[in-house]
Amino acid sequence: MACFLVPAVEAIVTTVIAKAVSLHESKISADGEIKTLKGDKIPLSKKISRLSGFLWGGSGLLAFEHLWHGEITPVFPFLTAANDPEQMAEVFHEMATAGTAMAALVTVFWAVITFAGDKILKRSVTQAEEGSV
Amino acid sequence: MTLLITFIAAISATVIWYFSSEARELDIGILCYMYWGASLMWLVDAAFEYSEKGAEFFAPSASQMINDTYLGLCVTVLGLIIWTAVLLIKDPKGTVRNALSRK
Repeated sequence: MACFLVPAVEAIVTTVIAKAVSLHESKISADGEIKTLKGDKIPLSKKISRLSGFLWGGSGLLAFEHLWHGEITPVFPFLTAANDPEQMAEVFHEMATAGTAMAALVTVFWAVITFAGDKILKRSVTQAEEGSV
Repeated sequence: MTLLITFIAAISATVIWYFSSEARELDIGILCYMYWGASLMWLVDAAFEYSEKGAEFFAPSASQMINDTYLGLCVTVLGLIIWTAVLLIKDPKGTVRNALSRK
């Protein structure tokens, strides 16, 4: 009914964090080269931006699906169930269960591909170093 | 069907992103983010629906399937529309800029 709101809120939070981290990274890099917390090649702000991408993209398309099913409207109060307290209880329950699970699954998926990406980068650096010796 | 169509779109966009450097220049990653994000969220939705309905979940009515297919196609097209809009605004190859500045 409004489960996509949970990942949408996480998207807002991660976007703000990515902007703040990006600002911090540009401040600490005196020579223009962005340093990351662990010293790998992908800046932390870029990694967080990818999570925002998944969350914004997913919740955006899900919002369209909710519009399709008449669960949200483009005019105030936006939620079709807003005027019925019983239905609102159902909305909150769905947000707490399905919505939280959606946000968690996307975050876990992002964590796995970020970890794998770091491993692939480190492996390619090691192979290049071994090749040059 | 919506979940299936979105997963197919996500996998197709990822394969194109992997093999085509031209596509990567055109920010096809945006499509990957949208389709993978939506697919994972619908997967959770499907899991919750399955836990409620059981085996009935795998036997939707014909009208339900048609509606879901139509929704899946519309979602895929909406993703493509957003990607096209971003592409034209970012204009990575300068095509729009060149076309506008041409007398």
